[in-house]
Amino acid sequence: MAAGWEGQGAAGYVAALTEPRYLAALRDTVLLSAGVAFVSVALAAVVGSFLARRRFPGRRVLVALLTLPLAFPGVVVGFMVILLAGRQGVIGGLTEALVGERVVFAYSLAGLCLGYLYFSLPRCIATVMAAAEGLDPALEEAARTLGAGPWRVARDVILPGLAPALVASGAIVFATCMGALGTAFTLAADIRVLPMVIYTEFTVATNFSVAAALSVLLGLVTWAALALARMFGGGSVAAQA
Amino acid sequence: MRLLSAGITTLVAAFLIVPVLLSALAGVTANWFLGVSGGLTTRWLWRVWDLYAHTIGLSVWIAACCLACTLLLGVPAAYALARAEGRWPRLAEEVLTLPLAVPGLATALGLILLWGPVGGFRTHWSFVLVGHVLFTLPFMLRATLAAMKGADLVTLEEAARACGASFRQRFLGIVLPNARRGILAGSLMVLALSLGEFNTTLLLSTPFTMTLPVGLADSYASMRLEIGSAFTLLFLVLLVPPMVALQAVADRVAR
Repeated sequence: MAAGWEGQGAAGYVAALTEPRYLAALRDTVLLSAGVAFVSVALAAVVGSFLARRRFPGRRVLVALLTLPLAFPGVVVGFMVILLAGRQGVIGGLTEALVGERVVFAYSLAGLCLGYLYFSLPRCIATVMAAAEGLDPALEEAARTLGAGPWRVARDVILPGLAPALVASGAIVFATCMGALGTAFTLAADIRVLPMVIYTEFTVATNFSVAAALSVLLGLVTWAALALARMFGGGSVAAQA
Repeated sequence: MRLLSAGITTLVAAFLIVPVLLSALAGVTANWFLGVSGGLTTRWLWRVWDLYAHTIGLSVWIAACCLACTLLLGVPAAYALARAEGRWPRLAEEVLTLPLAVPGLATALGLILLWGPVGGFRTHWSFVLVGHVLFTLPFMLRATLAAMKGADLVTLEEAARACGASFRQRFLGIVLPNARRGILAGSLMVLALSLGEFNTTLLLSTPFTMTLPVGLADSYASMRLEIGSAFTLLFLVLLVPPMVALQAVADRVAR
């Protein structure tokens, strides 16, 4: 086998970089991952700073429950999306009762986004919480004494303080989404994300050289994203990876 | 604004927690379409046990072996890196954590292309184990290294050596006890990650070396919803103890 695919190495790279369907898969995967990274960082900024700054009964249990999905494999996340938005899902049941029509979107782009969001949020929330606990409360108090309203405080004091953590967790979520296979595998969505393309090239088409070239490409994109985030966000990216 | 962030937090928490509860519930209902009113049953759990017990056994075994391997490789490596000074160790640290950035699929492809033709290795369970060790080792290394760096080992070891302690005595009496929290956190992380690993395992496993997550994917694709849910429930029962323990260790370190 080794002799068989060595000769095609260059051809694999040429195919990976020129064939429209591979390039389309790469573009879609990058857009999807970037979108999910942006939304989960934005949500985690709110949730993470809320959980870090407020004390209420049951907070520790809540934090533990929110970090549990960190260890879920992608397939389980896909199944969670099916339970939420599949043919027998809760959202379908709710919409049927309210509007009279079953809304089912587990197997579409929206379902895939929901799944990626599901495994990205816990990671981001954990990182943002850790950063928010490290912020100096005196800065916020000073801003308040000087007459800043809650929105000003959030924009000019808290957000800049959290920025490195936000950049770091965004980059890591982007990298995880780029390489995620299980969720797309379970949902069998018609969206061609790059890991699924690599998987089918390898197993169905037994096109080893293209599969290898595509996974090198995938690795380069994720590595570049992490390296970029390191340049802007400092060393915390490596610590969180 | 406080209300708004409380609202968003509630929504996000519901989004993350409700599906877990749903899947646990669906695994013990007789018919999910009818809901809980259709009655509760343990039938699906037994059915999963009949169909997939071997995947659960293999996953637990591989997770245990993976923990042993990462302890044997990761703790000495972390010790060497914690003691060494200069540019090369820092570079080695970078290289050793590189697998975090490489997608699991790429690792699996590399392993198959490299080792696939070697004897019966491809069809043996240890082939999956190699993938798991590659994936989890950086986590063990990071956790242990962080604990060792925080404990100022150099000073402690110098004191012990001045008192005449041998390398064995220093390693067992000073290094390991001081790094125990990091090693424990790393171990729990390795267990949880190995139990749930799918991206690499899907390609590395064969029908005879199917692990739990691969079995889960199989049940989602080919069995009824209740069986998939019951299997997910069993997986959660395995996964929750190490995760809860990990949380407890992290809390204690933070305090």
